[in-house]
Amino acid sequence: MSSRIAPLLIFILLIALLLVGLNISDSKTLIPSPLIGKQVPEFDLPVLNNPGQSLSRESFLGKPYLVNFWASWCPTCRVEHPVITELARRRAIHIVGLNFRDLPADANAWLDQFGDPYDVNLVDADGRVSIDFGVYAAPETFLVDPSGIIVFKHIGALTPAIIDNEILPLVVAMESGK
Amino acid sequence: MKALGPLVTLALIFFMTVSVSAQEPLVFENQQQQDRFDQLTRELRCLVCQNQTLSDSDAPLAHDLRREVHNMLQSGQSNDQIKLFLVERYGDFVLYRPPVQTNTYLLWLAPLILLLGGALVLRVSIRKRAALLASSENPDD
Repeated sequence: MSSRIAPLLIFILLIALLLVGLNISDSKTLIPSPLIGKQVPEFDLPVLNNPGQSLSRESFLGKPYLVNFWASWCPTCRVEHPVITELARRRAIHIVGLNFRDLPADANAWLDQFGDPYDVNLVDADGRVSIDFGVYAAPETFLVDPSGIIVFKHIGALTPAIIDNEILPLVVAMESGK
Repeated sequence: MKALGPLVTLALIFFMTVSVSAQEPLVFENQQQQDRFDQLTRELRCLVCQNQTLSDSDAPLAHDLRREVHNMLQSGQSNDQIKLFLVERYGDFVLYRPPVQTNTYLLWLAPLILLLGGALVLRVSIRKRAALLASSENPDD
């Protein structure tokens, strides 16, 4: 009797494994960042359209901010752009654009065409800072708390749901904690 | 004349591949350093095309990371220091050979567990069969 049931049980187990695999297939390509809970990597980058001025991580201490890695060659950044624009309109948080592996002319053309939602744009032309942030795709977004600790990271386009359910509650918690 | 078309295409493809493989002339101090570079980039994952190693991938990030690895080799860093540099930024996922630690015990021990399980099943079925044989042979004795 048990020899008849065993193949069925194994089959059911295989089906269960398949279903689990299908369910996590989206998250399998996402890599958890080792940077969460750590200090923002050191950077000192020129401001787009104002090459004489540069900003470092110390310049941003004292208030929470978002770092959004984007580039003109990145199609998903275009998809994300209206979401960032809407977030900027709400003035809920300081948004730092990090234009990486891009040319200033291309970056400016992109901002002219779609609008510039960023409070400030920094230029990481050779992508060296993006490596320190562990960026491997674009766009990627980091939420940094007032003491300079990375508390949240999102790979891929931000959505209104992520902003409302994950980022803004964290920002509110930071501001009420002070 | 018509035969020339495919030939030209072939020649173009040939020169395309030549230019791709020649676009990154990294210079090494000696053969030993080059060997270490080859070994490291084959153990490290390209995060853009996740099933390729750094040495295989032609993604821009892989180029940059190969350059980083090369620079670190030049400045005399050890293999462990170079791997740590990448793990601190990209996580353990960057290593093709995952480290043995609490969240990977199952991964490392699974083959052993499966082997032991198989041995157990084998042992039980051999015993059963031996008992069956013994009981069917006994009446003849």
